[in-house]
Amino acid sequence: MTTALLEGIDRSALWTGSVIDVDVHANVPSIQTLYPYLSEIWVDWIEERGWKGPAVAAAHYPPATEFAARLEWRPVDGVPASRVEQLQSHILDPWRVDHAIVNCYYGLDGLRHPDWAAALVSALNDWLIAEWLEKDDRLRATMVIPARSPEAMIREIRRVGDHPGFVQVMFPARADTLWGQRIYHEVFAEVARRDMVVGLHYGGTTEGAPSSTGYPAYQVEQYAAEWQSFATQITSLVSEGVFTQVPDLRVSVLEGGFLWVPVWGWRMNKEWKGLRREVPWLSRPPLDIIRDHVRFSIAPTDGGPDHLMEKAIGWLGSDDLLMFATDYPHRRDDEIEQLLRILSPEAARKMMSETAREWYRL
Amino acid sequence: MAESKVVVGRADALKDGERTTVEVNGREIVLFRQKGRYYALLNRCPHRGAPLCKGRFMANITSEAVGEYVFHGEDRLLACPWHGWEFDITTGQSYFDPAGTRVRPFPVEVESGEQVRAEIESGVASYTPAEYAAVTVGAEVGTGGMRPGPYQAETFDVSIEDDYIVVSLRPPRPARPSRIRTTGTGEGQ
Repeated sequence: MTTALLEGIDRSALWTGSVIDVDVHANVPSIQTLYPYLSEIWVDWIEERGWKGPAVAAAHYPPATEFAARLEWRPVDGVPASRVEQLQSHILDPWRVDHAIVNCYYGLDGLRHPDWAAALVSALNDWLIAEWLEKDDRLRATMVIPARSPEAMIREIRRVGDHPGFVQVMFPARADTLWGQRIYHEVFAEVARRDMVVGLHYGGTTEGAPSSTGYPAYQVEQYAAEWQSFATQITSLVSEGVFTQVPDLRVSVLEGGFLWVPVWGWRMNKEWKGLRREVPWLSRPPLDIIRDHVRFSIAPTDGGPDHLMEKAIGWLGSDDLLMFATDYPHRRDDEIEQLLRILSPEAARKMMSETAREWYRL
Repeated sequence: MAESKVVVGRADALKDGERTTVEVNGREIVLFRQKGRYYALLNRCPHRGAPLCKGRFMANITSEAVGEYVFHGEDRLLACPWHGWEFDITTGQSYFDPAGTRVRPFPVEVESGEQVRAEIESGVASYTPAEYAAVTVGAEVGTGGMRPGPYQAETFDVSIEDDYIVVSLRPPRPARPSRIRTTGTGEGQ
């Protein structure tokens, strides 16, 4: 079986301890779902244009593929993972989670209209509160932000960031500019002030290519290349001194893999020793900064043969970096058994729940 | 050996901004004269053994916040020619890992000929012919363009009128801080 699917077996067969799932998705069934949370003018705009909602998410997750939703989780009618009951019966109940963190990647980052984008973002956050957070107290959520404007981001964080259900702010891995740049530092300070986490998540604006040299031709390239976006963003956050500037900031890499981290870190540590004067605010080895400030969801898992995987996990040099996730309803052919087999009991306990509990103050 | 000081050459043989290496008891030491001061370090980067005599001086830059720079223009930072690791030429400490990575510094003094002569007579200091010759290349060319060889130099007279560069070989080692590895498992070295 693969990690997320627990059809027909009890999860105790896998893991008897507690579970926190840091990455489950909520899908907006249709743009009309957001009408109750939008003012008249924006509803009118949508109707007038016949707009069906942002196209970006469908580009990242083609709706009919199992990458978007595995067959077992597709409802007869309607959109997978669009109602809390689906999440409850597919994940929350069978996995007996203490908590799960709902991430809604709807792709509003693609919109250029500043006011319309901000209104839609607010509507989406209000929908997350009403239809998810208030429907199940095991849930926490990641609020979304208008990703093209730092001022609008801060306004939205101030508007709903104090809601106890929001523990994280979503930053798509692909963006017009790198997240470490100074125009965003005040946004990060606003996140940290609320003791929230920055959730760097798969996806982003249509302009942002997943590779550093433009767009690939095929879906498989896109998925395989996406870690580059994450690594580039992490490199930016570290080099631009975000963690020096906002020392309490915590960042989660969601759907971004994690085995690139040691290799990235070795290289960063090495270069930093000789290029330190260029970024004098970087007063510690970059890999040490990652261990203090960044955590990684394990879905999808960068898997490999057992004996090599054991070695590779060791390269992380820390038991604190990984957090369990199903990435519901995306189909991941991960095997949680392998990680549980490799990790020490203590490291497994941290991965399955305790790291996330501390990270998200659950 | 009883003596702890070595006379490596005439002070004016090394011009400001110049550097040279001397071999003392099998160890290569690099001597710098920088802005009127003399510095000596083991000529070997603790990383991969690169010759630090080929490094270049840079101003150190520190920062308390992003976008704020403190420029330390006194040129006391030496960058290894191979990987750019930086060392303070006074203390030998590195900047990325001050506690764990350092190159050995040697105290250097400029002493008068009179003092040097007294120290050599009392056995406190010795001079090293080969190094003396190296340091004074150009300045000490003998008749017929011949340079003084080591055996000849062994008998050279310390001139009262001149000043000499004297390196201490057994400096009181600064208390070495406990080896805190800021790089965790030593990645990336």
